[in-house]
Formats: sequence, C-alpha cells, structure tokens
Amino acid sequence: MSRIINQYSPSQIRSNNKQEQFDSNLPVRHRRAKTWHLIFQISTVIGIVVLMALLYNIINQAFGFVAFESKVNPDSLAMDGISLENLSKEDLIRIIQDKVTASRFRTLEKEKPFLARSHEEVYSVVIQEVVKPKVADSWSLFDSLFHRKTILVESAEKYPQARLEFHSWIGWDTVTTPQSSNPLNAGVRTAILGSLWTIAITILVAFPIGVGAAIYLEEYATQSWISRIIQTNINNLAGVPSIIYGMLGLAIFVRAFNLFTSGAAFGYTDPANANGRTILSAGLTLALLILPLLIINSQEAIRAVPSSLRQASFSLGATKWQTVWYHVLPNAIPGILTGSILAISRAIGETAPLVVIGASTFITFDPDSLFSKFTSLPIQIYQWTSRPQAEFRNLAAAAIIILLILLLGLNASAILLRNRFNQRVS
Amino acid sequence: MTNQTNTIIHSYMKMRKGAAEKPFDLRKRPRPAEKLIQGFLFACGALSILTTLGIVYELGKEAMLFFRNPDVNLLEFFTGTKWQPQILEFGILPLLNATLMTSAVAMLIAIPLGFSVAIYLSEYASPKARSILKPTLEVLAGLPTVVYGYFALTFMTPMLRSIFGQNIVQIYNTASAGLVMGILILPLISSMSEDALSAVPSSLREAAYSLGATKLETALKIVFPAALSGIAAAVIVGISRAVGETMIVAIAAGAGPNFTFNPFRSAETMTGHIVRISGGDLSYASIDYNSIFAIGLMLFLITLGLNIVSQRIVRRFREVYE
Repeated sequence: MSRIINQYSPSQIRSNNKQEQFDSNLPVRHRRAKTWHLIFQISTVIGIVVLMALLYNIINQAFGFVAFESKVNPDSLAMDGISLENLSKEDLIRIIQDKVTASRFRTLEKEKPFLARSHEEVYSVVIQEVVKPKVADSWSLFDSLFHRKTILVESAEKYPQARLEFHSWIGWDTVTTPQSSNPLNAGVRTAILGSLWTIAITILVAFPIGVGAAIYLEEYATQSWISRIIQTNINNLAGVPSIIYGMLGLAIFVRAFNLFTSGAAFGYTDPANANGRTILSAGLTLALLILPLLIINSQEAIRAVPSSLRQASFSLGATKWQTVWYHVLPNAIPGILTGSILAISRAIGETAPLVVIGASTFITFDPDSLFSKFTSLPIQIYQWTSRPQAEFRNLAAAAIIILLILLLGLNASAILLRNRFNQRVS
Repeated sequence: MTNQTNTIIHSYMKMRKGAAEKPFDLRKRPRPAEKLIQGFLFACGALSILTTLGIVYELGKEAMLFFRNPDVNLLEFFTGTKWQPQILEFGILPLLNATLMTSAVAMLIAIPLGFSVAIYLSEYASPKARSILKPTLEVLAGLPTVVYGYFALTFMTPMLRSIFGQNIVQIYNTASAGLVMGILILPLISSMSEDALSAVPSSLREAAYSLGATKLETALKIVFPAALSGIAAAVIVGISRAVGETMIVAIAAGAGPNFTFNPFRSAETMTGHIVRISGGDLSYASIDYNSIFAIGLMLFLITLGLNIVSQRIVRRFREVYE
C-alpha cells in the first residue's frame, strides 16, 4: 500500500514516467478493490449461512424415520380382525389384564380405576405396558426425505422385527408430558414449568432493582466518586462470565442463606429435600446475572428522554421524584421494557449458572412452590445432548425448537409492547 | 379577556396580601418521602457493588481454603501439568491450556470474519441491506449457548471427522468447540466494530475519495485506523467472552483434563471442569468444592483484567471528531 501513497507525492507525479506507472497501476488497484469487496461480501454471507446451518441442523434432527422395536407386536393383539386402536375399551382392559402381572395391574388400578379412564388413556396404557415400543434407530429428516430407499433396506436388514415410521419428535405431547427415561414418552413439561417459575422470580427481583438503579445513576447521581464507582462496577459486572454468577449463587443463596432458600425459615419442609438448590435460589442467581444488562439498557432509555421535559416539570414546581415518576418514566418505559425483555431472554437461555447451583437432572413432578427442586428448559437440553443415545439428541432438538419458539414469542411481545407504548406516549 | 386578566390580577393581589401577613417561604422544604425514595434508589445502585464484593469474597475465601490445604502447593498449582484431584495432583495448566486453545481457535474464526462483516456493513452495504443483515446477525448473538453446544456436537464434530478422518478427530475435541465459539463471538465483534467504523465522520472518507483512493483503500487505510480503539476493545471483549464461555465447551470439548496441544483431541477447559464437578452433588467440605472456586477466581481475574483493559483502550485512545 505504501507504494500507492508514494505515487501521490508531487515530485513523482511530475515525471511522465511515473504518470504512466500510475495509469498502469490503476487497474490493479481497482481489481484489488473488487476482490476485497467480494471477500467482505462472502464473509457476511458466511455469517448468514451459519445461522441457516444451525437452524437446519436442529430441524433435521427433530423429525425423521424411526425404527420401533416393540416387545409385543401390536398386530398380534388385534381381536377378530379388529385392529388394536379400534378395539373397545373393555377389550383393551382385558388385554391389559392378560398381559400385565397381577400386582402391576393393581398398581395401575390404584392410580386411577380403569373404568374411570377414557378410551385414549386406556389405549396409551396398552401401548406403554403391553406393546412397549423401543427406538431401535432413528434417521435425520434429510436422510428420510432423500434416501428413503436406503433406510428401508437398512432397517429391514438390521431390525427385521422393527416397524419403520416417520416420527416427529416435537408435538403437543412433548410440551405436556413430564420427563421420562423412555425417549418416546419423555416431554419437557417439568422443564417449561421450572423455567417459568424461575423467570418469574428473576423478573420480580431484577426489574424494580434494575430500573431503580438506572434512575439513580441517570437522575440523582452527581459526579461523586461513589456514583462513578457504581457505574464502572456495573460495566465490569456485565462482562463477568455467567458461570461465576453460578458460583456466587451456590456460595450465597444455596449455602449461606440455606435457611431461607430451602424454606425452613418459613416453616416449609420440602419432602424431596432440595437443600437450598431450589427455584428461589435459581431465580435470585439469574436476577443478579441480568441486573447489569438491565441497568445499562434502562439507563440508555432514560438518557434518551429530552431534558427539556425535566426542566419544564421543575419549572412548574414539581419535585425531583414527581418529575421522574410523571414525566421521565412514562417516556422511557418503551425503551426500558424492550431492554428488560432482551435481558430476560438472556436469562431464559442461561444454562451454566443453573448447573453450578445444582439444577436437578431428573425430576418428573411439577414444581409447586418456591422451594421445590427445579430444572429448566436449557438444563433439559444439556442433559439430553450429553447422553450418548441418538434418540435423546432428537429429543434435545425438539426441546431446542420449543425454547426458540419461547424466545421468539418473547421478543415479538417486546416489539408489540414498544409499539403500543410509543403510540400512547406520542 | 379583560375579565380573565382581572381575575389573575385579583388573585395576585390576594396572594400579595397573604404574603404580607406571612412571608412566602422560598427555602427548600424538607421532604422525607423524597429522601426515602432517593435512599431506596441509591440502595439499588449500591447492590451492584455488593455483588462484586460478594464474588470477590466468596471466591477468595474458598480459594484460600484450597491453597491452605496441605496437599496443595501454590507453585505446583501454576506449573503442574496434571489435574487429577483423586490422586491430589492440582496443576492448572491442562485446564488453562484447553481454555486458551478453544479461545484461540474461536478468535481465529471470529476476528477475520468479524472485521470483514463490520467493514462490509459499514462501508459497502446499502442502508436497506444493512437494515436486514444486521438484525439477522444479531439473532446469532441472541441464541442460547446451549444451542451452540448442540450444534458443535451434532454438526461441527461430524463434519470435522468426515473431513480429517475418524481416527484423527476424537468425538469430543477442542477444535469443534472453538470453531462454534468463533461463530458465537463473530456477531459480537462485528457489531461492536461496525459501531466504531460508523462513528468515523464521513468527511474523512470523502477526503480520501477526493484524493483518488479506492473504496478499499479508504476503508483499510483511513476508516479502519480511525476506528482502531473501538475495534481493539471489541476484540478484547470477544476474548474475554471466549474465555468465560461454558456450555459449548462443556458439551463439545470433552470431559477429563488433558494436557495436549492437538486441537482434535478432547480436553477440559476451566469452565467445563467447573460445570462437570458441580453437576454432581458436591459436599461443601470436599477439596473438589474448594478447587472449583480457585479455578473460578482465576477465571474471574482473567476476564476482569481483559474487560478493564478494553475500557481503558476505549477511553485512552478514542479519537474525538468534531
């Protein structure tokens, strides 16, 4: 590049020889500019392509052919030529009575009397207790669509007993059924409820404190050393890795405040003995984690309110708080809400701190209080991804889709909220 | 109109009369409620300081317990090449090495791509293209990291294995984790750098064009150096993010500390180790519990140092244009 600059120097341009060189150099420079333009463009395209690859990979894993191997062939259970799903409830109950041990039948009867169950419920019991389908192998969506024949051949060779079926790992069942060790009827119900409980606490704690701190820093703080320290400190906290917050939560909320976070101080005794590793601890930890982000976002929103508004309010004799409450906040609230929702969506996707404070890896019951054990959607995804079996990877993909839909909904609501408030304010 | 004026004058006279009886007090009235609110708001701000103190105190306390342990030798901690708590070998180098390797691979991807994207968006792209491309890339930054971990394990690793061979690339390896981490950090670097590039006044670009410089020469020789402080800060924030990144390495880089410079072999990073150890039910009295706090303290100091440096760079070297 230094050559080019040299050519501009007057002494050289004066000479005719150099002028020629400049002219012959020009196409080279233009070509170089074009090449790099292309390189920059390709880099941007790579970024977009990677995003597409990520989404493709998830969808690819969430649907596809599955080879089911069942303990009892459902066709053998058909009676008088009527297929299993069309049998009457009484016949289905008779099948269960025949095939299941007497004690198991009594346990099922105790859970809910068979006569009180609907046809669908009895049918699902037949599937789970008698047919007992198992995943022998699963294929990706891409292979299922384009290499159908190879799959059919491979499946017939390797698993002659198996039934090949196109299976969607994500469905309404996935959302409504709790965790299970059998990938075919495992769902994310407990995980979703755990996430919602945790996030509710995070919002309740972080939102007022975050907005309060932002108001203090923008409206009240003078150029004193203490407010400067607070500001620098918040900027630094925003860069601390999330896992460090997990360790802080483990040391403070789980261990030091065990009496409160386990509910013992409120006379609550948890039958499952969560020992401080509760929804409350998780929510508080996530609240600490998103506070710096929330404060910085809210500060920006408050700073954007024109100071003429404040001066007008002061000139009418309003006190500082009246000015903030009646004039600054209503104008800043769309920005604050958008910023907060961004911070909250970060909390929803956060995994590492929850693993550190001790999220439960396997719970099948719904969380029912602040002091229950918890799991969350990202934790569930992490658990399923870490398992070696391919079918759990498929389940993890389904859980990721649910998580992304949740985040998408949240972000969409942020935009809607902002638009509504914008109209009202203006 | 006159009627109204009369009323105003009338009320003014009344006020004057009142003032004559009792002088109008212009001193600030004490407002306890206002003070209370201000106190509450201050407490909200001060909570952040408590958080920092809490982090430093808790990490420091547990790390002290760890270093006081007779089985732990401070010199060995920093120079030992084995981290095996079962046989009381505590050398942080394998963990630190894996962290540096994944971060290096990540930056190898994120820096060139991030710069290119930033230059393209700020110098080349039309406003309309930018308004679509920038939010799309920011979606990448907003995805939960566990999703990236999943991507690394189910997409990147099989791809690497099919390119380089099943025997060379292990199922869990630092290269795959690092590559995906680079993708995670790419939008962070490109977005921060783009902000810095866009902040350079257009008069500088126009001056370069008027001297006959091509678009590329303007971008690389004029705009880029002018925005260097912001770009350097972006890179340092990116490094700090890579060092602290947890879920990708916990899922894809492997479990078990391993002192290796081969990116295709499995190795456990500092963050990955903390997650694995704390994943099980950990007794508070064990040396394992103390040891993860010692690692955490190191992690905290590294990232804090990087963040402070990046803030310094921005403040010290920022070029202010009129």
